[in-house]
Amino acid sequence: MAVTKEAICEVLAPICGTVQTVEHHGDITFLIDKGDLIEAGHELKSHPRTLFNLLIDITAIDQYRRKNRFEMVYILFSLDHSTRIRLKVPLDEYDEPRCPSFTAVYENANWYERETYDMYGIIFDGHPDLRRFYMPEDFVDPETGDPLYPLRKDFPVMGIQGSLPIPEKNPM
Amino acid sequence: MGLNETLERDGFVVTTIEAIAKWAQKSALWPMPLGISCCAIEMMALAGPRTDSARFGSEVFRFSPRQADLLIVAGTVTYKMSWVVRKIYDQMPDPKWVIAMGVCTSTGGMFRSYSVVQGIDQFLPVDVYIGGCPPRPEALLKGLMTIQDKIDRSKPTIIDMGKPTLSESLLTA
Ligand code: SF4
Repeated sequence: MAVTKEAICEVLAPICGTVQTVEHHGDITFLIDKGDLIEAGHELKSHPRTLFNLLIDITAIDQYRRKNRFEMVYILFSLDHSTRIRLKVPLDEYDEPRCPSFTAVYENANWYERETYDMYGIIFDGHPDLRRFYMPEDFVDPETGDPLYPLRKDFPVMGIQGSLPIPEKNPM
Repeated sequence: MGLNETLERDGFVVTTIEAIAKWAQKSALWPMPLGISCCAIEMMALAGPRTDSARFGSEVFRFSPRQADLLIVAGTVTYKMSWVVRKIYDQMPDPKWVIAMGVCTSTGGMFRSYSVVQGIDQFLPVDVYIGGCPPRPEALLKGLMTIQDKIDRSKPTIIDMGKPTLSESLLTA
C-alpha cells in the first residue's frame, strides 16, 4: 500500500508544522525548511507509517533568481510501501549556499553530496569528506582563482579557456 | 607473374628492405583498444566473426600499449581523460598510428560542452578520422585499410637497434 500524502504530512507535522506540497503527474514534492531537514529525514526514515529507507538521489537546482537561488532536491523511496517522494529544500544564501549534510540520516548521501558540491558549490555542513567529485581538484578560473561550479547558470557552456589543461601536442 | 610462380621457378625473390618492412608493418597492425565509451562496442565488433579484422592481420588486440602500434581511440575524451590518452599514446613504441573513432573523438560530437575535448587532434597526431555515432564496424575496417594504404605510400620507419653488445649476444646464444 502506497503511503498517502496526508499520512506523510501527519508524520512531518510535529517537526515542520504545515508542510507545503506540490503534486505533479502523481509525484509528490514536500517543501522543507533547511533547519528541519535532518530531523524530518530521520522521522521519514524510521516512522513505521512512512519507512523511507532508501535514498535514491540528491541533486540541486540553480533557479538563478535573487531569493532562494539554489534548491536542494532529495528523492526518497520506501521499499516497504513502494512509494517515491521528493523533498525540496530552498537555500537562502546567494553565492555560498550551505546546507546540513544528509549523511547524518543516510550514509549513501556522501557521494551524492560530493557531486552536488562539485557541480553547484553548495557546502554541506557535517559532511565527512567534502571534495570535488568529477572535476579536477584545482578547477578554478585561471584569471581570478575562484573555484568554478559548472552546473551553475552563470557558468558558460563551453567552459572557461585555460581552466582545464590538456597535454601538449608536440612535447619538446 | 605472381609471387608463387616466381618462387617456384627461382626459389627466391628480390625486393628491398623498405618494401619488406612496409609489408610487415601494414599486415600486422596490432591495435590498442582505448574503448572509453559507447563506440567501444562497435570496435569490439571489428574483431568479431562478421567484420573479422583477422583478415587484415589486426585481430591481436593488445591491452598493453607497449605491444601495440595502432591506437584506436573509441569514445568521448574528457579533459580529465585526455592526460591518460596521451600517456598511453606516449607509451606505444614507434612507429605508431592513431584512429579517431566516432564524432566524439574527432570533434567532440554532440558533447559541445565544458568537459569534453573538442577533437583529440588538439593533443594527439591523428591519422584517420571516422565519422558516425557510432561508426559501423565496416567503417572502422575502412579506417584500418586507409592506414594500411598510408603505410604503403610512406617511407617506413626502420629503427636501427645497433649491433648487439657482447653480453646480449651471449644471452641470446
Ligand atoms: S561517437 Fe557516439 S557512439 Fe561514439 S562515443 Fe561518441 S556518443 Fe558514443
